[in-house]
Amino acid sequence: MSVDTATVKRIASLARIAITDEDAARMAPELGNILGWIEMLGEVDTTGVEPMTAVIPNTLRLRDDVVNADPLTGGGIREQVLANAPAAEHGFFAVPKVIE
Amino acid sequence: MTDLTDIGIAGIRDGVRDGSFKAREVADAFIVKVSQAKALNAFLVETPEHAIAAATAADTAREAGETLKPLAGVPIGMKDLFCTKGVTTTAASHILEGFTPTYESTVSQNLWDAGAGMLGKLNMDQFAMGSSNETSAFGNVISPWKRNDGGNASLAPGGSSGGSSSAVAARLCPGATGTDTGGSIRQPAAFTGISGIKPTYGRCSRWGTIAFASSLDQAGPMARDVRDCAILLEAMAGFDAKDGTSLQLDVPKWEAGLSGNLNGLRVGIPKEYRVDGMPEEIESLWQQGIAWMKDAGATIVEVSLPHTKYALPAYYIIAPAEASSNLARYDGVRYGIRDLPTGAGLQDMYAATRADGFGPEVKRRIMIGTYVLSAGFYDAYYTQAQKVRTLIARDFERAWEMCDVLLTPTAPSAAFALGEKSADPIAMYLNDVFTVPSSLAGLPAMSVPGGLDKQGLPLGLQIIGKPLDEQGVLNAGLAIEQRAGFTARPEAWW
Repeated sequence: MSVDTATVKRIASLARIAITDEDAARMAPELGNILGWIEMLGEVDTTGVEPMTAVIPNTLRLRDDVVNADPLTGGGIREQVLANAPAAEHGFFAVPKVIE
Repeated sequence: MTDLTDIGIAGIRDGVRDGSFKAREVADAFIVKVSQAKALNAFLVETPEHAIAAATAADTAREAGETLKPLAGVPIGMKDLFCTKGVTTTAASHILEGFTPTYESTVSQNLWDAGAGMLGKLNMDQFAMGSSNETSAFGNVISPWKRNDGGNASLAPGGSSGGSSSAVAARLCPGATGTDTGGSIRQPAAFTGISGIKPTYGRCSRWGTIAFASSLDQAGPMARDVRDCAILLEAMAGFDAKDGTSLQLDVPKWEAGLSGNLNGLRVGIPKEYRVDGMPEEIESLWQQGIAWMKDAGATIVEVSLPHTKYALPAYYIIAPAEASSNLARYDGVRYGIRDLPTGAGLQDMYAATRADGFGPEVKRRIMIGTYVLSAGFYDAYYTQAQKVRTLIARDFERAWEMCDVLLTPTAPSAAFALGEKSADPIAMYLNDVFTVPSSLAGLPAMSVPGGLDKQGLPLGLQIIGKPLDEQGVLNAGLAIEQRAGFTARPEAWW
């Protein structure tokens, strides 16, 4: 499996990670090696095998239809939600201007 | 006088209960040890006030004649993956630097409710991605162990729960929390001569635990012996409505159920775990483990887990895929750092923040995850890996028709030196070859120390059990512990 620099840059862009040309060139063979290794899975005959989605059988529960049934996951805690924001203004998360 | 940092969790609990010593004396003894062990870099944050408050509460309760809580007077270390209210929590990453949770994770809350106190937050591989603790943004954790060759090489404490393993092995805390996604409790336990158990997926709530790969992540205890692990796990586990995958089951009385008598137990030896290039010492320890199991009354059966060699590559698709999705939340908007280059828009801010905030291994895994989930590759990689995961789980189900637990080595080598494997990601990933399959199948598994290699370094044996059979795993671990007589400990140099 060979991965070229353009592919690395495309993946980095999808993953929203800024990358220099130099780093992309360094990562290309590294990712190529790892992807080449995991391609071993292609050998396995999985005809008729269901992909696993839950490892231990469990039932999906519905919580009670009550506002703030559990205060830890309820609402009305704006200050706490914003407490760690790098920038918060007027009770909202602040981001750079997105509309010209 | 007894050194209170030497007696373990059961000894501390019982001694506080019967008044042999005060909880405050225990807390003070460990606080001193922690403060003197900076060279190990095991703690990211020290919280002596938390440990003292819990100790004072235990002493006050005893003086008032109240029934003491299960962990009253026991101070522990908390892996920095667990959110702790008011105490910085970073998952050893730069991107979460300064993050102070406004809530408490369920697992840590359960421990505080049981009376435990916190000595501090433990260093780890960044976002739990690593097997040597070299990916932490705050420096390597050093193992307290040294080779007996007269050299002074710094050894890896294993990972990702390397702060936990180093701290417990160095007696900085009698027990610690760990998390295990592909071996992150068991491999560090093996490297440092301590015990650690990953319970069945869903036993411990994931709420408030910083996510790596949600279908695999499980919390579990690390301590010096099997009984101490059972005590801690009882406090950590339990149903939690806030985690959709939490198992709605009562927590068994694992400590009360401990027994090293294995009469009638069938122990499976998976033949595929004999890997090429495995040191002879690991093989002979495995044989020794088999002999110990027989001595405890068990019968030995050879079993086959034919898809074993595909477990690691499947894991290195599934875990990065889930990580790439889970770590999308670190965007410089809601918590942690923000990198806003001059004139940058929102997308540039995301990319700059993440480039600056994530370490190389985290980036590598996010990129692999992004690649295997991207259009055109999803079925070939991700769906195929999930199908292989089904086959791996099926291998175990078939093995359970012939045996009750499996016995294997925990890791393919003893602790390596820092820097020895960090240049080759795949060589590092291979460290998890024996621990990943049971993670993919969600099974309970534990590592207990078996002996020392020629260089004087600990080696671990792994017991894997059926779903929900933590008791069977703990009992088989206890049978080994009783026979191994592992008393070696690192000589203090730190």
